[in-house]
Amino acid sequence: MDAFYIIATASSFAISCAILGSFLILRRMAMVGDAISHAVLPGIVIAFLFTGSRDSIEMIIGAGILGVFTTFIIEFFHRKARLQADAAIGVTFTWLFALGVILVSLYAGQVDIDQECVLYGEIAYVPLDVWITDSGQNLGPRALYIAAGILVINLIFMWLGYRYLYLTSFDPQFAATIGVGVSVWNYLLMGSVSMTTVAAFESVGAILIVALMVAPAATAYLITDRLGRMIGLGVLFAILISFLGYYLAAWLDASIAGGIVTVAGILFFSVMMIQKLCLKRLALGSSHSDLKAS
Amino acid sequence: METLIEFFSFQDASIIAVVVGSILVTSSSAVVGTFTFLKKKALLGDAVAHAVLPGICLAFIVSGTKNPLILIVGAFITGWLSLVLIDFITAKTKLKEDTAIALVLSVFFGVGILMLTKIQHSGNAAQSGLDSFLFGNAAALIGADLLVFATVSAILLLVIGLLFKEMKILAFDPEYAKVIGLPVRSLELVLTSLTVLAVVTGIQAVGVVLMAAMLITPAAAARFWTQDTFKMVVIAGFLGAFSGLAGAFVSYSAPTMPTGPWIVMIISIIALVSFFVAPKRGIFSRNLHQRVLRHMIMDENLLKELYHIGEKDNSPFKERTIAAIMYERFFPEGQLISGLSRLRRKGFLVSKDGKWKFSQSGYEKGQRMVKLHRLWELYLTEYLKIAPDHVHEDAETIEHVITPELEARLEKMLSFPEKDPHQSQIPY
Repeated sequence: MDAFYIIATASSFAISCAILGSFLILRRMAMVGDAISHAVLPGIVIAFLFTGSRDSIEMIIGAGILGVFTTFIIEFFHRKARLQADAAIGVTFTWLFALGVILVSLYAGQVDIDQECVLYGEIAYVPLDVWITDSGQNLGPRALYIAAGILVINLIFMWLGYRYLYLTSFDPQFAATIGVGVSVWNYLLMGSVSMTTVAAFESVGAILIVALMVAPAATAYLITDRLGRMIGLGVLFAILISFLGYYLAAWLDASIAGGIVTVAGILFFSVMMIQKLCLKRLALGSSHSDLKAS
Repeated sequence: METLIEFFSFQDASIIAVVVGSILVTSSSAVVGTFTFLKKKALLGDAVAHAVLPGICLAFIVSGTKNPLILIVGAFITGWLSLVLIDFITAKTKLKEDTAIALVLSVFFGVGILMLTKIQHSGNAAQSGLDSFLFGNAAALIGADLLVFATVSAILLLVIGLLFKEMKILAFDPEYAKVIGLPVRSLELVLTSLTVLAVVTGIQAVGVVLMAAMLITPAAAARFWTQDTFKMVVIAGFLGAFSGLAGAFVSYSAPTMPTGPWIVMIISIIALVSFFVAPKRGIFSRNLHQRVLRHMIMDENLLKELYHIGEKDNSPFKERTIAAIMYERFFPEGQLISGLSRLRRKGFLVSKDGKWKFSQSGYEKGQRMVKLHRLWELYLTEYLKIAPDHVHEDAETIEHVITPELEARLEKMLSFPEKDPHQSQIPY
């Protein structure tokens, strides 16, 4: 049952990430996603100090705002200080992440987060923290509910905003011309990314969440050119890597999040290599037939 | 305060070792980072920094010791591999560079975490301290380790010093470098190796997670203080060294604190301050400069419009109401009024009962603006054969920047013309 809870939680987070990651990749904002996932840390620590709990709604909203703020700072350095885009990202997220780690060490006694947990989370503890109602009924692990809730929010966001995100990703000028708020949808997407990051933080940590955003979606992008199919395949891969990653980690007795990401990497590189080899063979085959035809 | 004095008196030999070590590794990575920054490849450093983790763990698994030389070799291999993979993905698939970086970075780090936790769970006693590579621990820079890290840093600085000119050309204009016969491929190989080496040595003090900051942030800060590559490298090196020193102090006075975040915090604050207050490039100075220009353009436009009004009823020194000026050309009202008062302060305008008129100097300046505008229009139609109805916008912009020298040349070239393309009089 524990295995089921862990895999279900991981899958829910991975599905949310795969959906958002597809848009990040198409918008060439994968590294902005990386930046946000680091930069929410100080928000989490501060919210923790104020509310005293890790899974409060305030924390998710507060850190979500911080994620949008990060995007804003990056833009600000890039536009106002004319700092080149890559350096603007690099300076911003390392600074905020450093602040977060310092806060974690300063308030080590009060904040129930340690430095390692910040990096790769601990999804193995998911089944331990269960939600028990007042009447004493065990409803299952709390993290699973959070993961499912975030997934539902992301699905609603996609249901309402898919057309606009699609449009602003592929042709922002056209979108602006017909009156779609390009920056509004950009910030909404960044808000969702940071909200998902914060919710998944405890389970998979800051850096591995980036892998969940990028790897399944990138693998899907290798296979298809259509956004709908890309998201569909990404979701499929997300479930697959959660499942296989769990058993890899269990077999090695190592971090489950690490295992999931390792499987995601293997999946990506396998698809890439198979595609390269097949394409090469196809190209060779077609040139042979050309020769015959001539 | 006592710790501060104790620290900076350098009585303890181990303090000297830690200080020297931290300064060397942070300054050398800042110097190397300047070139990746200039090549606009700053985030590659982030990827390398994360990608060395599996290398360190693998080297430990294979060798079973924490010998820095062996760990460096392991880190170097996976760091290199990550860059090769990013190149391959960017070149051979439709994925863009940012996706390739984010993918390689997080996947390598994930594999590293898998290995690290595996090692930790194995109960091997020798592994303790391996996790200090995550967030850095400058205090551990002692003894034989220090010698290794210091040597590598010295090599880095030496190679950059020897290849400075070549690296500079490569960073700014790789095409040109190719044309003048520089071995571009090899130089890029050298820079990549230097980046990986800088990361590998720097992680001891800063840790893999925040190592990217040591490559990017000093260079970004230095960029705001100078235009000159050599000065930029020196400034970045100094800023890196300063933050390294501060990190060593933190590590000494608060041993439980991870050093990396403090080093990054200090260098980031320096960078943030630079972004705002640096002369010329800083946000404050840039805003001020923009304001000065905006005011200048507004003033010149106002004088020009007053001249236009005077031209129409042939009485240039008559008093005009705000409404009359607005009728000639729309200005946002607040800007118009503040512009008019500014011109009065400068002595170009005189005001009475809410009406405004030229002083002599104001009249001359307004006349000159109109002349420049019309000369330029004529120049465009005569020499560039642009239709008369297309030249106004261009003249509207350039009239503010034409120097007296250029003005004289235009007059001579067009032989002091009487009329512009729209048959308006050109005033002299």
